Amino acid sequence: MSYLPFFVVAWILGVGLYGIVTSRHLVHQIICLIVVQSSTYVLLLGVGYVTGAVAPYFYDIPLHTPAVDPVVQALALTDVVVEAAVTALLLAFAIQAHKRFGTLDPHELVELKG
Amino acid sequence: MVDQLPVLSVVVPLLVAAGIAACGWVLRPRRRLLDAIGIATCAGVVAMLAVLMTRVVRGDEVYWFAGFRPHHDIAIGIDFAAGSLSTGLACLAGVLVLSSMIFSWRYFDEVSTYFHSLMLTFLAGMVGFCLTGDVFDLFVWFELMGVSAYALTAYRPEERGPLQGALNFAITNSVGAYLMLSGIAVVYGRTGALNMAQIGASLSGHRPDGLVVVAFVLIISGLLIKSAIVPFQFWLADAHAVAPTPVCVLFSGVMVELGLYGIGRVYWSMFGDALGHRAAITSVLEVLGLATAVVGALFCFRERHIKRLLAFSTISHSGLFLTGIALLTPLGLTGAVVYVIGHALVKAALFLCVGIVLHRLGSVNESWLHGRGRQLRVTGLIFTVAAFGLADMPAFATWLGKGWIEDSGEALGQPWITVIFVAASILVGGAVFRVAGGVFYGIGDPPGEDPAMAAEADEETGETAAGRGHTPLSMLGPAAVLALGSLAVGLIPKLGNAVEAAVVRFQDEPTYNATVLHGIRVAHPVALSPPEPAVVTLPSLLTGFGSVAVSIALALVALYWRRLPVVRRGLEPGAGFAGVMRGLQSGVVNDYVTWIVFGLACIGGALALAVR
Amino acid sequence: MTPALRRGLFLVGIAGFLAFYLWGLTRLPGFGRYPGPYGFVINRIAVGETNATGVVSAVNFEYRGFDTVGEEFILFAAATGVATVLRHLRDEQEGGGSETVFGEPSSGTTDAVRLASLVFVGPVALFGWFLASHAQTSPSGGFQGGVVLATAFVLIYLAGQFLSFRRISPADLTDSVGSVGAAGFAAIGLTAVVLGFAYLYNFLPLGTVPGAVSSSGTIALISFFVGIEVAAAFILIVGELVEQTLLIRTAGRQS
Repeated sequence: MSYLPFFVVAWILGVGLYGIVTSRHLVHQIICLIVVQSSTYVLLLGVGYVTGAVAPYFYDIPLHTPAVDPVVQALALTDVVVEAAVTALLLAFAIQAHKRFGTLDPHELVELKG
Repeated sequence: MVDQLPVLSVVVPLLVAAGIAACGWVLRPRRRLLDAIGIATCAGVVAMLAVLMTRVVRGDEVYWFAGFRPHHDIAIGIDFAAGSLSTGLACLAGVLVLSSMIFSWRYFDEVSTYFHSLMLTFLAGMVGFCLTGDVFDLFVWFELMGVSAYALTAYRPEERGPLQGALNFAITNSVGAYLMLSGIAVVYGRTGALNMAQIGASLSGHRPDGLVVVAFVLIISGLLIKSAIVPFQFWLADAHAVAPTPVCVLFSGVMVELGLYGIGRVYWSMFGDALGHRAAITSVLEVLGLATAVVGALFCFRERHIKRLLAFSTISHSGLFLTGIALLTPLGLTGAVVYVIGHALVKAALFLCVGIVLHRLGSVNESWLHGRGRQLRVTGLIFTVAAFGLADMPAFATWLGKGWIEDSGEALGQPWITVIFVAASILVGGAVFRVAGGVFYGIGDPPGEDPAMAAEADEETGETAAGRGHTPLSMLGPAAVLALGSLAVGLIPKLGNAVEAAVVRFQDEPTYNATVLHGIRVAHPVALSPPEPAVVTLPSLLTGFGSVAVSIALALVALYWRRLPVVRRGLEPGAGFAGVMRGLQSGVVNDYVTWIVFGLACIGGALALAVR
Repeated sequence: MTPALRRGLFLVGIAGFLAFYLWGLTRLPGFGRYPGPYGFVINRIAVGETNATGVVSAVNFEYRGFDTVGEEFILFAAATGVATVLRHLRDEQEGGGSETVFGEPSSGTTDAVRLASLVFVGPVALFGWFLASHAQTSPSGGFQGGVVLATAFVLIYLAGQFLSFRRISPADLTDSVGSVGAAGFAAIGLTAVVLGFAYLYNFLPLGTVPGAVSSSGTIALISFFVGIEVAAAFILIVGELVEQTLLIRTAGRQS
């Protein structure tokens, strides 16, 4: 079915968000954020695919062979780096939060409310 | 070199930020040199953007990176499309970063090169976000702004509040960013383009279908979260209360407003012609804006932690700005732009004054500070002037902008806009006047103690060493200049006409497409609807003075309520309706993300029903 | 909100949101039917214009090079942020060596792990370098190479030699190297401006053979700087995170 990848995208997004909302551990929450991000990878790469085409690397194939879209692959690459950066920062926050609060339960990590 | 200005204004702060970090071991002991480099860079960026503003008055300046100009209407590279509105907003960002850097000259006692690097990358991200004409580039600068902001929020990790604030900020805004990226992928799937002008040209002329609506909602979801619109606003109060004061200046003054600018940019460059259904879009965005204005104002009035109080007022104003944009008229957007400028300047001044209070007295708890600010006479004066600005006193730019949005609303037959604007303005004005009167002049009685907030408000002292004898000029100067600046902007003659001309050009999608893709400069852009004149009217003067008077009265009631025969319980925290609302701002990020999902489902559903 | 209420509200919201999302997604052209034109145009002109046979790298470092500058600086800002958040605070001091973890003696690494890790350090570093220098020919590039290069350093830590890891990659040096990488990239673009072209214009000689290591002008050079920056950023991040396990707090927790 030619829309299956997009159903997968929606499912991954839903699962990731469900994980964030029902999480009781900050590291688990951060990993669920990565899952949410993964849905965008699948979407980007799914949007750019061309049936029957090759990867856009013309080192050893003739120059005008039909190839898939290279732009979304470059976008996905950028996306991965951005996600890695944000995750690293969040994990650093998590380490300090554990030291200050003594717990990583999001329900307990509350100093300000109201 | 002059036509390289758009690029240089982004690349120079990035290079200096990396350069500072590379020479860290040399610069760390030489604190003054580091500060000087930071301030000089910001001043340079402001100068470059000011020059660029003069060049783009007659048409957008388009800069193609790496020399890749479009082939047959297909853009193969990235472009910067600098228009009057975008350059002006970028310049405002630069001015605020400059004043923050000058303020922190004496404010931080211990800082290494990290603060300056992060502030410069934050500045570069904001300028890039304003100037870019490519939707994926918009996302990249959005994320750079975001990452720098998360790191700056957690600048004092030895306390618990900053970590909670930074985590909630980072998780909610990252979810927004990833949803925005999904929207970009969806629109790419239809148009095969990432350039905003090309997408706009490709989408217009066809009936809007589900894909266009979904892409629009997804792309603005990230921007709505950044702009702290209800129901996505919960992160902002957590982050503002704990970020260092110079950073709060930037968050409230310009970062939130950039989210709204993004919404306008995305709508008027890509989706405006394609979506049509202007009445439906106006309705949906207006409901969000007005709800935000009311919710923000109510939370603002109940608050005793001064930085959080100002944060809630930012939320309220963000709703007012969105309403101005939502009207989709030239006068509405003109009002929003002028209001943003006025608000940025006064809000920055207010936050800097709070920073001075923190520096001298060591607290931001309104109850504890009652009367203790009497010795800070100059600060009190600046704070009061800025408070008048925030309460939309006539002659300030805030009043001008608000008046024009209300005029536009009434021209469209929507009188409730004026009512809600005035109500929100009275509540917010009342709150800041209460703070001004209580803290700096010792009027009335201290407001009721809020035990939950008291501990956090007293813990703020770690940011700066308190108990100094006098306030240095480097801290008073920027605050004074900013507060008076808002008044000065409000007094510029013919400001409305100049801004409206820029706004009409901003809203003209076909002109923008032609300028970017074909390099054609159009002398007279076509307005969406006949532009109403942006003038000062007697009703708006009366409304302005009236609402300020009522705000002052409200503040006096709040300060003297114990001595009044009728006891007003509702003004004290934790009572009844206030208790319910407080429960919503729970501090738990799971709740915030739930509201994001629920809110997006509602917005998506409303637009889907309207556009089908 | 109680967890039950939150879950209920979320499930209602996500059902509506996913229905909305799928309503839009099912109006895409369908998997495998990419309509163009951006991808097709790039595939047609990239090799000819840049002499790089790796079209994705050409897009990343040439056609959309400015995005990559932004992304570089996102990584730079995140590494700076990690260093800011995890910096040594007044009430903490470093514990003694790698023998203690949270104050308890660690079990130490086994000889097998130590040997395997050290054996792989050299080949992994070489492989990372290979990846970083072949951006224009094959599926590789600065980012991939940089991460693999960082892994080589992390293997040293894995072999139980945390102090050696720290000695060859002290935080200040790594910070500086990463910043040089990021600044280098931005500066290459600026050099093009100084020479009178647009920012990030490919001003170096493009070489004669498409896909050779020396071809494609600035793409190869940019890839090198990106590799340095990514490697340094990841070493910094991993180093900071690991160092936290060795800190012993002396002043007790703040309330």
